[in-house]
Amino acid sequence: MKSMEVARLTDEAELKRFMAGLLERSPAEQTEVMVTEWDSALTRFANNGIHQNVAERDISVRVRVVKDGKTGVASINQMNETAASDVLERAVAIADLQPPGEVVPMPGPAKTRPVEAWSDATAAATPEERADFVEAVCVKAGRAGLKAFGAFSTSAGQLAIANSLGVLHHQRSTQATVNSVVMGEAGSGYADRGAIDVRELDRNELAAEVIDKAQRNQNAQPVEPGVYEVVLEEYAVAEMLEFMSFMGFSALAAQEERSFMRLGEQITGDQVTIWDDGLDRTGLPASFDFEGVPKQRVDLITRGVASGLVYDMQTAMRAGRQSTGHGLPAPNTQGPFAVNLFMEPGTAAKAELASGIKRGIWVTRFWYVRTVHEKASIITGMTREGTFLIENGRIVRPVKDIRFTQSILEALMGTLALSRSTKLQVAEYLGASRVPAMRLKAFRFTS
Amino acid sequence: MKDLADAALNAAQVKGADYADVRLDEQVQQEIIVKNGQLAAVSDDASEGFGVRVLVNGAWGFAGSARLDKAEVEEVVDRAIRIARASGRVRSAPVDLGPPVTSRGRYRTPLERDPFSVPLSEKVDLLLRADAAMGAVKGVSIREGSMEFIRQRKIFASTEGAFTEQELYESGAGIEATATSPEEVQNRSYPNSFGRHQGAGGYEYITAMQLDRHGQRIGEEAVALLTAPLCPSGVKTLILDASQTALQIHESCGHPTELDRVFGMEAAYAGTSFMTPEKLNHLQYGSPKVTITADAFTPTGLGTFGWDDEGVPAQQSLLIKGGLFVGYLTSRETASVLGQQSNGTMRADGWNRIPLIRMTNVNLEPGDSSLEQMIAETKDGVYMDTNRSWSIDDKRLNFQFGTQLAYEIVSGKRGRMLKNATYAGITPEFWNSCDAVAGRSEWKVWGLANCGKGQPSQVAHVSHGAAPARFQNVKVGILK
Repeated sequence: MKSMEVARLTDEAELKRFMAGLLERSPAEQTEVMVTEWDSALTRFANNGIHQNVAERDISVRVRVVKDGKTGVASINQMNETAASDVLERAVAIADLQPPGEVVPMPGPAKTRPVEAWSDATAAATPEERADFVEAVCVKAGRAGLKAFGAFSTSAGQLAIANSLGVLHHQRSTQATVNSVVMGEAGSGYADRGAIDVRELDRNELAAEVIDKAQRNQNAQPVEPGVYEVVLEEYAVAEMLEFMSFMGFSALAAQEERSFMRLGEQITGDQVTIWDDGLDRTGLPASFDFEGVPKQRVDLITRGVASGLVYDMQTAMRAGRQSTGHGLPAPNTQGPFAVNLFMEPGTAAKAELASGIKRGIWVTRFWYVRTVHEKASIITGMTREGTFLIENGRIVRPVKDIRFTQSILEALMGTLALSRSTKLQVAEYLGASRVPAMRLKAFRFTS
Repeated sequence: MKDLADAALNAAQVKGADYADVRLDEQVQQEIIVKNGQLAAVSDDASEGFGVRVLVNGAWGFAGSARLDKAEVEEVVDRAIRIARASGRVRSAPVDLGPPVTSRGRYRTPLERDPFSVPLSEKVDLLLRADAAMGAVKGVSIREGSMEFIRQRKIFASTEGAFTEQELYESGAGIEATATSPEEVQNRSYPNSFGRHQGAGGYEYITAMQLDRHGQRIGEEAVALLTAPLCPSGVKTLILDASQTALQIHESCGHPTELDRVFGMEAAYAGTSFMTPEKLNHLQYGSPKVTITADAFTPTGLGTFGWDDEGVPAQQSLLIKGGLFVGYLTSRETASVLGQQSNGTMRADGWNRIPLIRMTNVNLEPGDSSLEQMIAETKDGVYMDTNRSWSIDDKRLNFQFGTQLAYEIVSGKRGRMLKNATYAGITPEFWNSCDAVAGRSEWKVWGLANCGKGQPSQVAHVSHGAAPARFQNVKVGILK
């Protein structure tokens, strides 16, 4: 029974043969082919029962051609000879029909450093195993008089890139994530986990955290908007970091003068060090980017000083330097993206971050965060599922979720402490961050 | 294709499904981006596949695949059945779909000019002309314009006997000018923000936008915003342009009336809703000026179709009537819990996803005022235009929006341009403060092609008919 569920992915040799054949038949001066394939499943639960339960297998063959100084891109979700001809013809036709423009260069061959991102256990996860995990959380919540909601997903996939300059890279990866909200009559809690190997997800630990948070977060009372000292759990820190990446870490944002990064200047407190490293297996690693460039570590903020940006082929060409391996799939007008983020931990125990705070707020997570002012790094959003008042160093009661409108850089300038433990936080769409919890001097809650 | 659909339904029944449906879906999408006078991207994407949804002993299972052959159909059905049986191990109440749905027929989006037959050069030329108009304004540092065209052909068939075929077209476009200073990034876009203004229809939808005639104006506005005063902070009269009213409807009425959210089915992701069943027919959601419908027949609406993805025919229903909360957006499963029948809002964003309750065209019905009249009647207020930022809590109560452009209103007249304008409020308080909605002549259908929901995440394309509207005693100017 179990073997039937092993993720079905195309054999690597077959994949490479297909890509080589496509490159060979291309009439363009330069051709790139990228294949992504995935087999994924997700079990969703609400009110202590599974209510949605899905699986899919899909593939994408994306072709970029450069012909007479013009670029065409086409994709198809089939991998056979007919599909290869079709997608290549469409990409060439697009190139032929357009005026010449700026050509994003393709990289030449370069050695990548292999990083293991695969787990057989995740690839072989069954619907019964997902149901067992979900049942454990639901039963524990039910016994506590609470209701559990959430989703547990397992996926296996592969990414391969080849181009006519000789690039040929291939990587397999797996991912397992689970999130849960547990609700009582008058409040809720939240917890999530993510890993390459599904066996690292501990159902008892997850259930204990989310149920404890839900039990402590009942009958919350409002707190007045204003500026408070805060403790941000890793969920909130990771979201803030992702918005920094979105708004400021890209070379394109800097080249277009939209970024808050002022290289060489102190922009946060000196306890803050942030970098991107796609090769670190404690994140969600990848050897190369979506242009086929090997991943490099980039120091973004070092002891509070803005120290670097991430580049793709286009922004690197404009800056006269090398790509750092942060390109997105073609055609891309959004620029490079840092998706393997790390924040240096501190020395404090997470539980002790509240000590010394006379009156402050403990935030579990943020919700619906949006940019308000990108150059000033101002974001707005709500707290959700676990906001607590801190008085005289102790959490004293839950408070109702509250809106914040805050400059990230200003908040980080007031960094007082970081936890020594870190958590891997899988991003909703791409990549992951590994971050500590933080204590910040001032955070503005607005309504 | 019909053979594969029949094979899937037969296999599902043989293997033990009490109910099954199958969707075969083929989608092509063309995207064109012009940036700073150059053609920056043209892509042509094609995706096809099928998804099988089954009910076994009252529990759901779903599986999909891109491989369209009978052997794969067998495997996918096996997978869906096995998943449904696993669901049954941790089931709460069994799913009840209510009365059977036996729709049959064909539907095609009405259109004048097939966007896929329009030469690429014509599309690029229009974007380049709009780009040049923006580029003629000194101080504009980034110009971008884009178009998107989608054709979706889908077949829905179920074991209850439903069989529908639909061919749906969407066309969208937009331009944006950006001006920067050491302290500011200011954007102005047309006709809407965040990429495009999109509708169900052909290339005539693009032509009607007259993109090239608006490039210079938005360029000048973006540059002027750099030195405009900051929106003041206070409690004021707020007038929203039609596009921002549309987003306000989307976030604070569309989402909270989705019945799956109300029942907790989105609780761990998109959230729940403050509009719980005991409030139905009791909650004074808005002022008597506020009537909101869900209308799957609205011309050019992205939520206009023949049948939803459960085979339920397109419908029009009331959500808010004269300010009173009177209806939900429903599916077969959720409607039956309330003893109702689905009002046809279940849509999936492709063959590889299950349908979820999605807005169709959720429209604020036109009123009897006008933008000019609203301004003339306002002593101390702010007019805000075109969304820049939006955020709302998981119950859809506490919101904060920002707009690209604003003007102060002083003693019935439009005053200075204001930058970085924001407003915040609580949903029912806000809609109850609505004292004017502009009339039919200023009412327009706005397409939003970026509505996220569900795990795995899905992006729905929905629309909102809206006109400028006025609200009293609103907190504005959060950044001051």
